[in-house]
Amino acid sequence: MSVNGSHNAKPKDRTDQRAEVALGALASAVLLLIGFMIVFVFSKAWPSFAHNGLAWFGPGGNVDEQLANIFNSPANPSNYVYTMHAWPLLYATALITGAAVLLSTAISMLSAMFIVEFAPEAMRRVMQPVIRLLAAVPSVVYGLIGILVLVPFVGNHVISGAEKDSVRYVIQLDGSSVLVGVLVLTVMITPIMVAITTDALRSVPRSWTEGAAALGVNRWRALRTVGLRAARPAIVAAVVLATARALGEAIMLSMVSGSVGFAPNPLDGTTFIFEPARTLAATIVDNAEGLSVKPFGQTVYAFAAVLLISSFFLSFAGWAARQSMRKYTLQAR
Amino acid sequence: MDPLSPAEEEGFDPIREPIAVAAQLPPPVRRIAVEEPPTVAQPPADGNGHVVPAPVAALPKRMPRADTAPLERMRTEALSIAYGQKLAVNQVSLTVRRGEVLALIGPSGCGKTTLLRSLNRLVDLTPAASRGGRILLDGEDVDLFDVTHLRRRVGMLFQQPNPFPMSIFDNVAYGLRQRGSKKPSKRELEPVVVHSLQRAGLFEEVKDNLDHPALALSGGQQQRLCIARSLAVQPEVLLLDEPCSALDPISTQVIEETIVSLRSEIAIVIVTHNLQQAQRVADHVAFMYLGDLIEYGEAERVFGSPVAERTREYVSGGFG
Amino acid sequence: MSTHAHVPAPAAPPAPAPPRLAHHRGEESWSRGDKIGVALAWAAGILLCVLAAAIVLYMLFRGIQYLSVSLLATHPLPSLDQTKSGGFLDPIEGTVILTILGTAIAAPIGVGIAVWLSEYARPSWLARAVESGVEIVAGTPSIVLAIFGLLVFQQSVFGFLSFTAEGNAVFGRSFFTAGAMMALIALPLIVGSTREALHSIPSHVREASYALGKDRISTIRRVLLPASRRGIGTGVTLGMGRIVGDTAIVVILLGASQQIQPENGTPVWGLLKGTGSTLTTYVYNNSPAGEGGAPQKAYAAAFVLLVIVIFLNFAVDLIARRKEPTWTR
Repeated sequence: MSVNGSHNAKPKDRTDQRAEVALGALASAVLLLIGFMIVFVFSKAWPSFAHNGLAWFGPGGNVDEQLANIFNSPANPSNYVYTMHAWPLLYATALITGAAVLLSTAISMLSAMFIVEFAPEAMRRVMQPVIRLLAAVPSVVYGLIGILVLVPFVGNHVISGAEKDSVRYVIQLDGSSVLVGVLVLTVMITPIMVAITTDALRSVPRSWTEGAAALGVNRWRALRTVGLRAARPAIVAAVVLATARALGEAIMLSMVSGSVGFAPNPLDGTTFIFEPARTLAATIVDNAEGLSVKPFGQTVYAFAAVLLISSFFLSFAGWAARQSMRKYTLQAR
Repeated sequence: MDPLSPAEEEGFDPIREPIAVAAQLPPPVRRIAVEEPPTVAQPPADGNGHVVPAPVAALPKRMPRADTAPLERMRTEALSIAYGQKLAVNQVSLTVRRGEVLALIGPSGCGKTTLLRSLNRLVDLTPAASRGGRILLDGEDVDLFDVTHLRRRVGMLFQQPNPFPMSIFDNVAYGLRQRGSKKPSKRELEPVVVHSLQRAGLFEEVKDNLDHPALALSGGQQQRLCIARSLAVQPEVLLLDEPCSALDPISTQVIEETIVSLRSEIAIVIVTHNLQQAQRVADHVAFMYLGDLIEYGEAERVFGSPVAERTREYVSGGFG
Repeated sequence: MSTHAHVPAPAAPPAPAPPRLAHHRGEESWSRGDKIGVALAWAAGILLCVLAAAIVLYMLFRGIQYLSVSLLATHPLPSLDQTKSGGFLDPIEGTVILTILGTAIAAPIGVGIAVWLSEYARPSWLARAVESGVEIVAGTPSIVLAIFGLLVFQQSVFGFLSFTAEGNAVFGRSFFTAGAMMALIALPLIVGSTREALHSIPSHVREASYALGKDRISTIRRVLLPASRRGIGTGVTLGMGRIVGDTAIVVILLGASQQIQPENGTPVWGLLKGTGSTLTTYVYNNSPAGEGGAPQKAYAAAFVLLVIVIFLNFAVDLIARRKEPTWTR
C-alpha cells in the first residue's frame, strides 16, 4: 500500500507538531524494537557460533547428545561446552518447510483456479467462509489431531514391520515422522495461500479475460496463461507468507514430527519419509526449559538467530521477486 | 496572526475569521504565461469586406471501394437479447458479408454493442443475459458448435486496447500458442507474427523491440497490436467495438486504413459513435435505436437519403 | 425499409495466401493437457472441502463426546488420576486475561502507527522503513519473539513486571511479559486494517476539515478515527484471534503453572505479575507431547478453543459487513 502524502498542509501549531513527533516516535519504536531484537539475539547467540565456527552448520554427531552435553557443562565459564553441529536441524527445517510449501503451492493454485472458474455457485459460497475458518484454527489443534490420530495411524498401519526393522539400530519409527509433519503443515498453510490467490485471480482485469476469450482460448488455458500471470506478484507474496508461517511453526511440529534431532536419510528409500525429524523452531520449543543454563541458552539463541536470518532473507526475496515482475504489470506497484 | 501563539484572543471566531481572511486573498490560480496571443482564423472575405464562409462538403471523402464481390458470412435472424427483464436488442436481422464493412450506428445504449458481442457469443459470459432468435455462421447455427471454435473464426477488438502483460511477440502469438496440444516453436511462429504485425501496420515501429513489454506501447500502437493479435488466428469475421474512440486522430486514420485493407479477406463489423467514421469506412450501415433496427442499407443511401424519420434526425445531428 | 445487395457466386479467395501454421483448424478446443488440468483443479477443490469438513466434524464429535460443564467450571488440579485432575477454568481465564491484555497494549500503539503512516509519513524514508518494519514483525516466528521477550524481561530493570527471586534472578515470565509479546503479534494486523480504513476515506473529507480551520490532529481525532471504526474493529478482532491461538509465546513466557498463581501484592497487579496457563498450553500439556495422559480433556479444551476462534471469525465478518459510511450524496 502506498504511503499517503502529507496533503500539503503543514502542521500549523504546537499541538499538531507535538502530535506528529509523538506518533513518529511511536512508529520508529517498531524499528528500534527490531534493532534490539537483532542485537540481543545475536549477541546472546554469538558464543555458540564463535566456539564452533562454520562447523556449527555442518553434520557430525548426535544433536540431542550435544545438547545434553552443553546442558551438563561444568559451572566454570571457561569450561563451558559449546560443541554443536546443527546440520540435522537445518536439514529437517529445509526438508519439512520446503516440501510443505511446494505441496501447498500446487494445491492452492489448483484450488484457487477451481473456486474462481469451475466451482458451482453453491460450492463457492460454502468454500469461502470455510477456508477463512481453516486459516484461523490454532496450530495446537492441528497438532492435537496429528498426534492423536495421524501419528498412531501411520505408526501402526502405514509403516510396515519390515521397514521398522530395517532402521531399528539407528532410529525408532513410531509414526512421528517427516510424513505427518509435512502433511499437517501443508494443511495449515494452504488456506492462507488459497485465500490470497483467489483474491488475486478475481482481480484480474476483465479486459484481459474477455480478450483471451475473444481469441478462442478455452477457460482453463485463459486462466492458466493470463490469469496466473497477472496474479504472479500476489502468488509470490502468498508463497512468502506461507513459507514464513511454515518456518516459524514450532508447536505443531514438535507434536507430530518427532522429538529427536535426527536427519532423515534419503538412502533409506521410502522409509525415509517415516523417519522422525525436528526443525529449528520445534527444537527451540522442546528445549525452552533449559534456557537458564548459560551455554545451553546461548545455543538455543543461536537456533533462533538462524531462524531470524531466514525470515529476513525470505521477506527480502519476496520483495525482490515482486520488483522484477513490475515490468509487465499494469499498476505501478 | 502569530502562528506560534494559540488563537484564543477575545472574539476570535475560528470558523468565520479564516474564511474572511481567505476571501481577501487572490484565488490560488496559476496563470499560464502566454508568449503571444493565439491566432484566430480569419474568415474569407469578398471585396466589400463581407464574410463569405465556404460551404462544408456534404459527405467526408470516402475510402476506395472494394472490387471483390461480397460473400455472406454471418446472418442474424430475429435476434433478441435481454439482460434480466430489460430487452436490449429486439428482433434484429442483419447480414455480415466478406468484402464489405458493416457499421452499426446509433446513440448510446441502443444495443449495438450488445448485438456485436452476441455475434461471437461473448454475451454468454454475462450471467443475466438471455438470447432469442438465431445467429448463423456460414449457414450453421452458432449455438450448435463449440464456442471456442466460434471465437477463433469470429474475432473481436475492444474499445480500450487490452494487450496482455507479456511481450509484443507473445501477445501476437498468444492465440496460436493457446490452442491445441502441440506447442508451436518460436521459429514456426515468427513468420505469422511478422505478417500479422505488418497487416496491422505496426511492424515497422516495433520490429526491433519484439520482446519489449506490450504495455509500454502508446494507445494507438496497443490497439494495432490487438488487431495483429486478432489477425494472427486468421478469423473469418472481425468485430470491432468502437476501436478508435480512445485514440488520437493519427492512430485512428491508420486503423481505418487497416480496416479497409482487410475488408476483402475478412468480413468486418464495426460499432461506432462517430458518424464521420462510419461515412468514411462503411459499405453497409445499420442504424439502431433503443434495441430496434430502424434502418439497414448501403451507406450512401442511409446517409444521403434515409427512409426513416429517426435515421434522418440522427444522421443530421438532431440527437445522439 | 432495408435494401440488400445481390449476393453473386462466391468470389475466388484473395491471393497471395498469408503464411499459415500447419495443423490448426479442426483441432480440439480442449487438449488432453487442459482436461487433466481441469480435473486436477476439481480434485484440489474437493480435497480442500473434504479436509475442512473432516477437521471440523471430528473436533465437533470429540468435543461433544468429552466436554462437560464441570470441565469448564473447575480449576485444574495436579493429580495423576484423571478423574481428580479437575477441569480447565484457569486456562480459560488465562486465555481471556492474556487476550485482553495483549489487545489493550496493541490497539492504541497499532492505531497510532497506522495514523502516522497514513496521515503524516514524513520523512518518506522513515515511513518506508516503518512499513517494512511492521512487515518484518509480522513475518517473525512467534517462538523467536517469545525468547526475545524472555531475554528482555529477564533484565533486572523489568523485575517489576514479574517475579524476582532471591539472588536477583528475574523470572521474566508473567502475564505482563506474555501480554507484551502477544501485543507484538497482534500489532501488524491492527496496523494493516486501520491503514486500509484510513486510506479509503476520500481526501475531500480531510480538506473540508482543514478548510474549517481544524489542525491535523483534531481532524484525526474527531473525523478520521471515528470513520475508521470498522477497520479498527476488524483489525482488533483479527489480532485477538491470533493471540487466542498462539501457543509458543505462552509456553515460554507464562510460566508453567496450571493454575493461575498471582504474585503477592495488590489483586490485579499481582495477578498480572503472576503465572498461569491458557487453553493452548493446556491442550499441549495434556496431549502426548506434554505430560500426556488426558487426551479427553485435551480434546475438550481444543473444542472450546475452536469455538472461541470460530466466534471471533464470525465477529470479524459481522463488523466488516456493517454499512460503510457514505462520503458523497
